[in-house]
Amino acid sequence: MTDLTKLTIAQAREALKNKEFTAIELTQAYIKNMEAKRELNAFVCECSEKALEQAKLSQIKIENGTSGDLEGIPLGVKDLFCTKGIETTACSNFLKGFVPPYEATVTSKLLKAGANFIGKLNMDEFAMGGSNETSAFGPVVNPYSKDVKLVAGGSSGGSAAAVSANMCAGATGTDTGGSIRQPSAFCGVTGIKPTYGRCSRYGVIAFASSLDQAGPIAKDVRDCAIMLKNMAGYDAKDATSVKVEVPDFEKFLSGDIRGMKIGLPKEYRVDGLNEEVVAYWDKAAQMLKDRGAEIVEISLPHTKYALATYYIIAPAEASSNLARYDGLRYGNRVDGNSIDEMYINSRTQGFGKEVKRRIMVGTYVLSAGYYDAYFLKAQKVRRLIRDDFVKAFEKCDVILTPTSPVAAFPIGDKKMQEDPIAMWLNDIYTVSVSLAGLPAMSLPIGLNKDGLPLGMQIIGKAFDEQRVFEAASALEKQAGFEGVK
Amino acid sequence: MSALILKGKNNDWEMICGLEIHCQIISKSKIYSPSSTAYGSDVNENVSFIDVAMPGMLPSLNKECVRQALKTGIALNAKVNKYSAFARKNYFYADLPQGYQITQDKFPIIGEGVVKIELENGETKEIGIERLHIEQDTAKSIHDISPTKTFIDFNRAGVGLMELVTKPDFRSPEEVGAFLRKLRSIVRYLGTCDGNMDEGSMRCDASVSIRPVGEKEFRPRAEIKNVNSVKFACQAVEYEANRQLEIYESGGSMEQESRQFDPVSGETKFMRKKEYAHEYRYFPEPDLLPLVLTDEFIAEIKADMVELPDEKKERFVKELGLTPYDAKVICENKETAEFFEKAAKGHDAKKVANWLMGDFFAMLNEKKLTLEQSPISAENLGELVELVTSNVINGKTAKDVFEIMAETGENPSKIVEEKGLKQVTDTGAIEKIIDEIIASNPDNVASYKAGKTNLMGWFVGQVMKASHGKANPTLVNQILVQRLD
Amino acid sequence: MAVDVDTVKKIAFLSRLKIEDDSIEATREEFNKIIQWVDQLKEVDTDNVEQLISVNENSIQLREDEVTQGQCSKDILANAPMKEYGYFAVPKVVE
Repeated sequence: MTDLTKLTIAQAREALKNKEFTAIELTQAYIKNMEAKRELNAFVCECSEKALEQAKLSQIKIENGTSGDLEGIPLGVKDLFCTKGIETTACSNFLKGFVPPYEATVTSKLLKAGANFIGKLNMDEFAMGGSNETSAFGPVVNPYSKDVKLVAGGSSGGSAAAVSANMCAGATGTDTGGSIRQPSAFCGVTGIKPTYGRCSRYGVIAFASSLDQAGPIAKDVRDCAIMLKNMAGYDAKDATSVKVEVPDFEKFLSGDIRGMKIGLPKEYRVDGLNEEVVAYWDKAAQMLKDRGAEIVEISLPHTKYALATYYIIAPAEASSNLARYDGLRYGNRVDGNSIDEMYINSRTQGFGKEVKRRIMVGTYVLSAGYYDAYFLKAQKVRRLIRDDFVKAFEKCDVILTPTSPVAAFPIGDKKMQEDPIAMWLNDIYTVSVSLAGLPAMSLPIGLNKDGLPLGMQIIGKAFDEQRVFEAASALEKQAGFEGVK
Repeated sequence: MSALILKGKNNDWEMICGLEIHCQIISKSKIYSPSSTAYGSDVNENVSFIDVAMPGMLPSLNKECVRQALKTGIALNAKVNKYSAFARKNYFYADLPQGYQITQDKFPIIGEGVVKIELENGETKEIGIERLHIEQDTAKSIHDISPTKTFIDFNRAGVGLMELVTKPDFRSPEEVGAFLRKLRSIVRYLGTCDGNMDEGSMRCDASVSIRPVGEKEFRPRAEIKNVNSVKFACQAVEYEANRQLEIYESGGSMEQESRQFDPVSGETKFMRKKEYAHEYRYFPEPDLLPLVLTDEFIAEIKADMVELPDEKKERFVKELGLTPYDAKVICENKETAEFFEKAAKGHDAKKVANWLMGDFFAMLNEKKLTLEQSPISAENLGELVELVTSNVINGKTAKDVFEIMAETGENPSKIVEEKGLKQVTDTGAIEKIIDEIIASNPDNVASYKAGKTNLMGWFVGQVMKASHGKANPTLVNQILVQRLD
Repeated sequence: MAVDVDTVKKIAFLSRLKIEDDSIEATREEFNKIIQWVDQLKEVDTDNVEQLISVNENSIQLREDEVTQGQCSKDILANAPMKEYGYFAVPKVVE
């Protein structure tokens, strides 16, 4: 039998329907792979037994002809999603041992569609990080690593690595400033951050509420379409989710992009940008042109301020969102002589360095005397950044950019460790999209001279994921990347 | 003038006071979560995962709480803000599960308004409303079960609150009391809050300062927290004004501070200053979009408004002929007003009002009963008045019938019927009695005719006695005059 | 704006985080670097620009007033570090 874990979701689904193998066999194959590749540190919690039980139920449904869209498909779940009865920690020492008595809306939709969860995936602590090195469970190893262990990217590093290494058929991720797209690019897989409001945030542990969005990381564009369709939708429990219809994204994968206008933002071509990244970017534009698209230059003048804006707004919201972790009702408790001491002890012990750094920055920019100069200012600049995109989209249908200015770097890289801002600069191409709330996909375009994958980002208008899928599927067909390990 | 003037050594001082009142909103479910608001349930039973701020939980806004706030705002003649927005007020406290309170800051749902209060000297005064906003209540800490621990019950956490802020328009304790009673009456009429200060469903903070009469600037104020009755509020502000006078008179100065009222001693006491107490780091709540009210929604609420105490009072004076004083007393309490209207329906309203405020209230007082527990129904009270106005019984008999009604709850017509208390209006029968009395008392007849006209009373008494009190006194008088003159 | 040690201490307390005395200076330096970096926003002209609260500028959807959650104190307390008599318990809070 072929290696079942190499199949895409679409292929596996077809084969299951044709009785080529059973959901149980498929799940077993992934579990075997998950166990064999533990050194990648992609999973922080394995749920093999539960997954197999569900696979058995799925098999009955397949045989009855009552299967759901993802019947029998083994998925991995980022540890930021609350899963009922399964430990959920956001990869923080603070939440070790926390077992939610409820299920996130997105994961419950996936379960309803027939998927089973083979485990919870590693990530940066509370999704704060770009290399998965802030995880309380240690960093994820990029499957593309050779002699030196490389980061998988972050914060959804476990998700991208697990999909890349065929440890699960697909995975959920979340993206606040690039947390789906950047690790997807680093690990040679495909991931989409949908429009803000497309997927419910209910049950997803909050990092920065106005930016957080759930989305899939999968082996290819089609699998992303299948997964997103089964994750998206209005949810009354999330007041920021939007009442719009969820299209069948699989209908937008023909690759026919004749007449589509592709924007290239001139401000993204910064001096000193990695030559290979530039070369691939130009190549990708040419590929789309070859398929009949029109390339137009656009301008996003406030791009250079996006990072600073993001690193004010996201920590500000985070400082408030993480105030609930006080050791009173759940999570880590270290007693003290007073309640304030208990809070301080519990939080100081429970949170890692990067999380503390961001809480402090967030507290500062919201505090009296600094609110107007930092937080309010950032929210105003955020509007300018959003308006840049609105204007740019008058001239084009989607925007093409690199996902990240760099490829995966070594774990423990000294410069990144010592200078938080150096690490944050890696988000340069992803954060402005997040600030504008737009949908954007990262897909692999090729390998650099070191054999490491590079990703391209396709950005769409709000609630126009369809066009993103159209362009991405054209680029995917043209690039013919076969990087999934 | 109702202003409180404090006599200093060299000059007169006036008191300045503003109020902040928290009113628990009457609704089935909490403001941001769908758990019950019921009072007095088992510990932590009316609690959802949202109320204890479990990771990933999100608020949703209860329509009824919005409606109740609008009704209240409209009743306070205040501006309805079509655009309002939510904000987080960040602080750590055991009874605040999220580490922030979801409230409204810069954009409250209700803006400025005016409430008219009546004072004992018959004057009216307008008190300005600054704003009214909606927010969530906190949990309850219980300190007296264990000597070393504090216990927390989250049943109250998340119940909707309206916070009403007045302008610093109060100049005397009497005005404070009149306003609180007025507000309580309004919210009870509306059914937006039960107004029970002793149960904490309406709580009052009073900011008090004093200044020499004629001075324009406000001086530092003391905020007296959580006063739980109208009486205490009046006592607290009066005590505080005098306390401040003593400070100034002895050459001291005031600093802004929080104080607590002790009902036992009648004094206000200094509250420990919290570190950085005013660092609330308000910022727009990213989990809730701003609330934009449509004209239809507002019109629907306006159409649904009940008659308010002032309107009812005016109608009682204009249409039912009540004196302004009677109308005021009857309308202060919605249940009394409704009882009155029911009783007065189709009968002489003024007489019903007299009965209600006289014998009826006296009876309730004596029996220590509430209006709801009254043995006499509104309909029966009206019927009793009708029996008198239509000459079925006379006033004296009516008092006796009332006594029986108060004991048995019986219908007055039935009592009159069964006990044969109908007054005699048959002229023939009365003439017969009168003739007998004249015949058997020739001496008195002679004296009367000789000019001792005050004997008329004696004759009437004899006739009433002979008729067992049932003769119509008007007729008795008429016939006696005919016979004797 | 340069951040001083007192501000770092105040921010740490407001965040309910402890910074050991020997690392306050390092924290202050790092903090300053970050704040100076975000100070670049001062260059942007934002006169007449309204703050963006949410990218989704619709009005909030209101929930009907129905009780659909609660009556699950066991689940509510399941992850509690300390509970007694159905309450959450903490060290004595001094009022």
